[in-house]
Amino acid sequence: MIWSKNETLERSEIEKIQLERLQETVHRVYEKVPAYRKKMDDAGVKPEDIKTLADLAKLPFTTKEDLRDNYPFGLFAVPKKDLVRVHASSGTTGKPTVVGYTRKDLETWTECVTRIAVMGGATPEDMAQICFGYGMFTGALGLHYGLENLGATIVPSSTGNSEKQIMFMKDFETTLLVATPSYALRLAEVANEMGVDIKKDLKVRIALVGSELLTEAMREEMHKVWGENCLVTSNYGMSELMGPGVSGECEYLNGMHINEDFFIPEIIDSKTGEVLPAGSKGELVVTCIYKEALPLIRYRTKDVTRLMYEKCKCGRTTCRMENLDGRTDDMLKIRGVNVFPGQIEEVLLHTDGIGPHYEIVVTREGHSDKLEIRVELLKATDDYKELKSIESAIKAKLRVVLGLDAKISLVSPNTIQRFEGKAKRIRDLRNKEGV
Amino acid sequence: MQAKQLSVFIENREGRLDEVLAVIKAANVNILSLSLADTSEYGLLRLIVSDPAAADAALKASGFSSMLTDVLVVRLMNKVGSLQAFLSDLAKTEINLEYMYGLTIEKEGKASLVIKASDLAKASEILLKAGAELLTAEDIAKL
Ligand SMILES: [Zn+2]
Repeated sequence: MIWSKNETLERSEIEKIQLERLQETVHRVYEKVPAYRKKMDDAGVKPEDIKTLADLAKLPFTTKEDLRDNYPFGLFAVPKKDLVRVHASSGTTGKPTVVGYTRKDLETWTECVTRIAVMGGATPEDMAQICFGYGMFTGALGLHYGLENLGATIVPSSTGNSEKQIMFMKDFETTLLVATPSYALRLAEVANEMGVDIKKDLKVRIALVGSELLTEAMREEMHKVWGENCLVTSNYGMSELMGPGVSGECEYLNGMHINEDFFIPEIIDSKTGEVLPAGSKGELVVTCIYKEALPLIRYRTKDVTRLMYEKCKCGRTTCRMENLDGRTDDMLKIRGVNVFPGQIEEVLLHTDGIGPHYEIVVTREGHSDKLEIRVELLKATDDYKELKSIESAIKAKLRVVLGLDAKISLVSPNTIQRFEGKAKRIRDLRNKEGV
Repeated sequence: MQAKQLSVFIENREGRLDEVLAVIKAANVNILSLSLADTSEYGLLRLIVSDPAAADAALKASGFSSMLTDVLVVRLMNKVGSLQAFLSDLAKTEINLEYMYGLTIEKEGKASLVIKASDLAKASEILLKAGAELLTAEDIAKL
């Protein structure tokens, strides 16, 4: 099923809608948001200069710092009384990022998420358990409204109390699970500890995962525990742009379809800011063209991807973004080498004898960075050689993938921290040591 | 004539050995012998206990990687050269001795040794032929 006819338009029709909406948005922010007017004046560009979609490149970028500098409502294009909801992202440093919605924005958001849920296989018959934390975070309410709009039954179980989650899942016959990939794996662990046979006692057939990177290795791990027939799709969004609903995978798992009538994606060189030619890999920049409260122009997501415009087998014509390798700000620089945690995860999940939970610890000894990876040993053994061979298998693969030597620390099962929301698997202790 | 040894993986972290011993104690299982071989990062704890299956189940339930391993437990005579006599018979074969450690010393002065070899069936055959006394799981439970 395809939810909206806007997902199957010809390229020329999509572009026509995009240009109209872009021009309207740019005029509006220039009129109503002093910070945008200043940015555009400084860049020497007027709303009238946007005559084609290519002219988008003339507009200045918006960054997370802009949102912080204008905290809380400085970039909003509507008066506060027109807002019906605000959300905020958990800022790791300083002030959080605040986002707002008018009534129409909530409708738009709902529409976007409904499309993504349908792409991921959801139907009105589904019993959808939402295991994202409710609250200021956009993930839970976003999926909640989208799935409810579709007609699915919502179980707003949030995070925490995993035993009860499994009980609901069993008793309500939950068919659709919304969670971060790491929490979905944790829930499977809890089900096993409770003696619940996931493949026999539970009916979960769809997992809509988000808010955290879904590597292919993690998807395989999801299939291992939730069953081969469980359709595991990732979806993408961020609160600054709206929340979940910017893009999502269809059953062909060939990148995430972007809701292009609401968002214009571009790929830039993150160093120079230049727009890269079609098909190139680079930083994703998104312009919101159908938002009233917070229509961000050329927002730098810091996510690295590639855009694909070929028509998908599912029938949708919307552009797809390749699944992410990681965020530029999750990237670790270790001994001068760029390391994405996803690369390490890929290696770990393809190694026998160890579990899917891990921790990456980076320290500095003298002038050299040390990379340590802690993983749980699942396979019981009486043989040192076996422990050594697991260790050297991981080391050798990491050396090929990263070109770096790492220390591998095997630990007992259940000793690495589990997460209910976005997993924090990296401990970079280099700055804290004040070297 | 084989006995069961409990093998437990422990990472080298303070208190980890204590935790293992506490779990075994809580399962009401008696420890007869223990050998801890370790590197700087982790260790393998090998134990001869009164009820290996119960201890293994308790450890697994507490989240440890543990397993049962077949070993030979040889009772040695209190006599000079008795250990060497057995081992030299084994040495003449293809059988590879992987590790050994001592068990309890009994009242009568007899000592027992835990032996892990590449071919336990053959090793026990040779040892028995040489007149060794091998302890079974039942014997060990009674120690
Ligand atoms: Zn598709």
